[in-house]
Amino acid sequence: MTRTINLTLKIWRQKGPEFKGKFETYNVRNISTDMSFLEMIDIINEQLTLDGKDPIVFDHDCREGICGTCGAMVNGRAHGPEKGTTLCQLHMRHFSEGDTIVIEPWRSRAFPVIKDLVVDRSALDQIIQAGGYISVNTGGAPDANTLPVPQEIAEKAMDAAACIGCGACVAACPNAAAMLFTGAKVSQLALLPQGKPEAAKRALCMVRKMDELHFGNCTNEKECEVECPKEISIVNIARLNREFMKAGFFSTVP
Amino acid sequence: MQLEARIPGGQLSEKWDRHRFELKLVNPANKRKYDIIVVGTGLAGGSASAALAELGYTVKTFCIQDSPRRAHSIAAQGGINAAKNYTNEGDSIWRLFYDTIKGGDFRAREANVYRLAQISNNIIDHCVAQGIPFARDYGGLLANRSFGGSQVSRTFYARGQTGQQLLLGAYGAMMRQVAAGQITMYPRREMLDLVVINGKARGIVVRNLVTGEIETHAAHAIVLCTGGYGNLFFLSTNAMSSNVSAAFRAYKKGAGFANPCFSQIHPTCIPVHGTYQSKLTLMSESLRNDGRVWVPKTPGDKRPPHQIPESERDYYLERKYPSFGNLVPRDVASRNAKSLCDSGKGVGDTGLAVYLDLSDSIRRDGKDIIEKKYGNLIQMYEKITADDPYETPMMIYPAVHYTMGGLWVDYNLMSTIDGFFVLGEANFSDHGANRLGASALMQGLADGYFIIPYTIGGYLAGTPFEEVNTSHQAFKEATQAVKTRIENLLSINGKRTVDDFHRELGLIMWDYCGMSRNDQGLIKARGMIQELRAEFWENVVVPGSSEDFNQSLERAGRVADFIEFGELMIIDALARKESCGGHFNEAYQTEDNEALRDDENFSHVAVWEFAEADKEPVLHKEELIFQNVELTHRSYK
Ligand SMILES: Cc1cc2nc3c(=O)[nH]c(=O)nc-3n(C[C@H](O)[C@H](O)[C@H](O)COP(=O)(O)OP(=O)(O)OC[C@H]3O[C@@H](n4cnc5c(N)ncnc54)[C@H](O)[C@@H]3O)c2cc1C
Ligand code: FES
Repeated sequence: MTRTINLTLKIWRQKGPEFKGKFETYNVRNISTDMSFLEMIDIINEQLTLDGKDPIVFDHDCREGICGTCGAMVNGRAHGPEKGTTLCQLHMRHFSEGDTIVIEPWRSRAFPVIKDLVVDRSALDQIIQAGGYISVNTGGAPDANTLPVPQEIAEKAMDAAACIGCGACVAACPNAAAMLFTGAKVSQLALLPQGKPEAAKRALCMVRKMDELHFGNCTNEKECEVECPKEISIVNIARLNREFMKAGFFSTVP
Repeated sequence: MQLEARIPGGQLSEKWDRHRFELKLVNPANKRKYDIIVVGTGLAGGSASAALAELGYTVKTFCIQDSPRRAHSIAAQGGINAAKNYTNEGDSIWRLFYDTIKGGDFRAREANVYRLAQISNNIIDHCVAQGIPFARDYGGLLANRSFGGSQVSRTFYARGQTGQQLLLGAYGAMMRQVAAGQITMYPRREMLDLVVINGKARGIVVRNLVTGEIETHAAHAIVLCTGGYGNLFFLSTNAMSSNVSAAFRAYKKGAGFANPCFSQIHPTCIPVHGTYQSKLTLMSESLRNDGRVWVPKTPGDKRPPHQIPESERDYYLERKYPSFGNLVPRDVASRNAKSLCDSGKGVGDTGLAVYLDLSDSIRRDGKDIIEKKYGNLIQMYEKITADDPYETPMMIYPAVHYTMGGLWVDYNLMSTIDGFFVLGEANFSDHGANRLGASALMQGLADGYFIIPYTIGGYLAGTPFEEVNTSHQAFKEATQAVKTRIENLLSINGKRTVDDFHRELGLIMWDYCGMSRNDQGLIKARGMIQELRAEFWENVVVPGSSEDFNQSLERAGRVADFIEFGELMIIDALARKESCGGHFNEAYQTEDNEALRDDENFSHVAVWEFAEADKEPVLHKEELIFQNVELTHRSYK
């Protein structure tokens, strides 16, 4: 069933944060439909290199949809048109002969462009630093089976924990909110008994950090859920809101 | 080069306790005065950074990716072993120790492997306390599954994303310490050299991958956790940035490199489908719990799988190894797949694949159960191949996956350079000639959470340090050398791209130093690699400049090291005149084509010392002494 297709690509090129970027057009021929999207960019880059031009800089690492490094807007959609798929897992069989594909970096105040398709997502690390963990030091844990966790709860926590931190939710959100990302971490830890002692403080600190870093507010657009490559549910945002409310009422955090 | 393994005395089961007692301690108030550099943020580096920072050391951590959460460990799927015996099947520390040392074909150090098995249980406890959502049974207790090379279920898992969950646990612990000011994080940095002053590791040279700036950092000890070198083969299951460079540059500065030829070929990967392909995807071995591996009995049978009746299928692993069946260790499963494909029984367009068939399990347990266990793996397969494994058997073929070889370390995880520790896949320590499934995660976390926090203290407390900062001459020289090399790469301006060289290197190594090897092929490959290396330095084209975000330049540096290192792998493979685990030399095999060890002459770790450029490296041997296990022939029948 392998076919080949010819495509027109319009790719964002930007030399650095201080430079103005623009779209460049590339015509590519004989792209195998079994190829992944990133393999197609590899091919363009090989050609650019041989032509003495600067290859397109893009972030990627695992190429199997788990590290969260890759990502770009493809025809206005985060990670492209396929549901539940990272850019590295998007295969060219989902495109047709003669298509024009527009590729640009995540667009968000909180994610400045570094070069071409690469953006700075360190704000996400900062949100986690504000409380996205359980405060246990190495060495003192009791036997792992001391604390049973109902299977259903463990599964829900795992659903939330599947977030890969790629930033697609932020890029897809008209307000550039990081609520799905933050909600997923808060939910995972609030669902589990181990995470309960710090749940209120965690929600409060992480939400405050989000505001401080210029992420927008959630106005229930639900774009994040649609575009999330791991199909993280917006139920997690509701949980975050609940934890946050509780924190507001009961917390001793100043 | 001195190889002093520093294995503590006493009974095997008491060595670690005794050693911890005998190690000197750093006074808590003094810990912050010690600077420790950790390179890498996978399970080994992430856990080490967090644990050392929790103790109060001043930690600086480096990684290539934009965030420590993206290290290659994130991709581990199947699970992590521990000797909890929650399943009441008779597991124990001793059994995990024994399985691991036997699985490694008796080429690992007893004391290290025993300690690993001891610590395995603490890891699970700690990770549960961190909130890692491991799979659970209906009663709410932790669930287990089986992996190759073992007859008990001892593998803990979080769906098919165990590595991700464990890494995010370590990452969270690190982020907590970053917020507390104990860890300073340097992402998008690549270590390009190690600085050794008066025999002690005292710093590193890194390149800022965004600005291109060359930076230097000084410390009292360096902990290298940069992962394995499987990417040398171009096509592998490793992440694209996985490399040997940091370890190899340290080798050139005097760290011994152990068993470089021990690489692991994983039996269950999605087969290669085109020349443009950039990497291979693993299908977790845990699928062999519920999947049956088969090929048609008749060579060249091109019927679609569902048209081949039961009687014309060869479930060859179940047939040849009745007691382990589909769960034989990886090296055995891989070689069998290869030899069947070589005999014309392979399936798919290329004939380089075998079936992994879930249909019996789906019939037995229902699709829901199978989906719960392997949903994300099956989805991943479907995305890549556009085939639905619930309907049609998956096709799999072996691919390079892991490297048991690595920098030599003593019992304290210190290399042959004082103050230079090596953890995780980057060291050679625990897996001998073949690693069992679900034991790399265990080793990475054991090294980082539970070993280095003690052993580094012993080193720091027992060592007098002179004042050193980055204005020391040694830093200047190392920086200059790094810069010169970068300028050289950029100035060649030849006609072949870096990837093109890398792909050729990979093919040479896969053909001659892969799943099976012979002296003639190895000698030929060595010549080919020398030619490739010469051509690389004359004909590679690296666009762009050094003072910029330049991904081609990054890759060029790594591939240059891979080419040199490939030769060392071959030298090591040629020197080991036996077969064991992942090193299968066709001249040494049993009548049933199993690996034939030579315990008399090769029961040692081969440690290579760098001699000057273009001189033969020098071989040192650490004899392996087995006092607690009997060296048997591995049999999985
Ligand atoms: C697809 C796949 C599935 C696997 N599944 C399992 C499993 O189920 N169970 C199991 O036990 N094992 C599994 N393994 C093996 C296991 O994942 C790895 O061996 C282990 O995660 C390695 O961890 P590490 O911390 O040593 O290194 P890595 O996770 O590879 O981390 C390396 C770190 O070093 C950094 N680094 C590298 N070079 C440099 C440099 N020059 N300068 C600065 N930083 C550098 C990187 O940025 C990264 O942070 C799997 C492996 C693969 C490929
Ligand atoms: S490259 Fe890792 S998720 Fe795409």
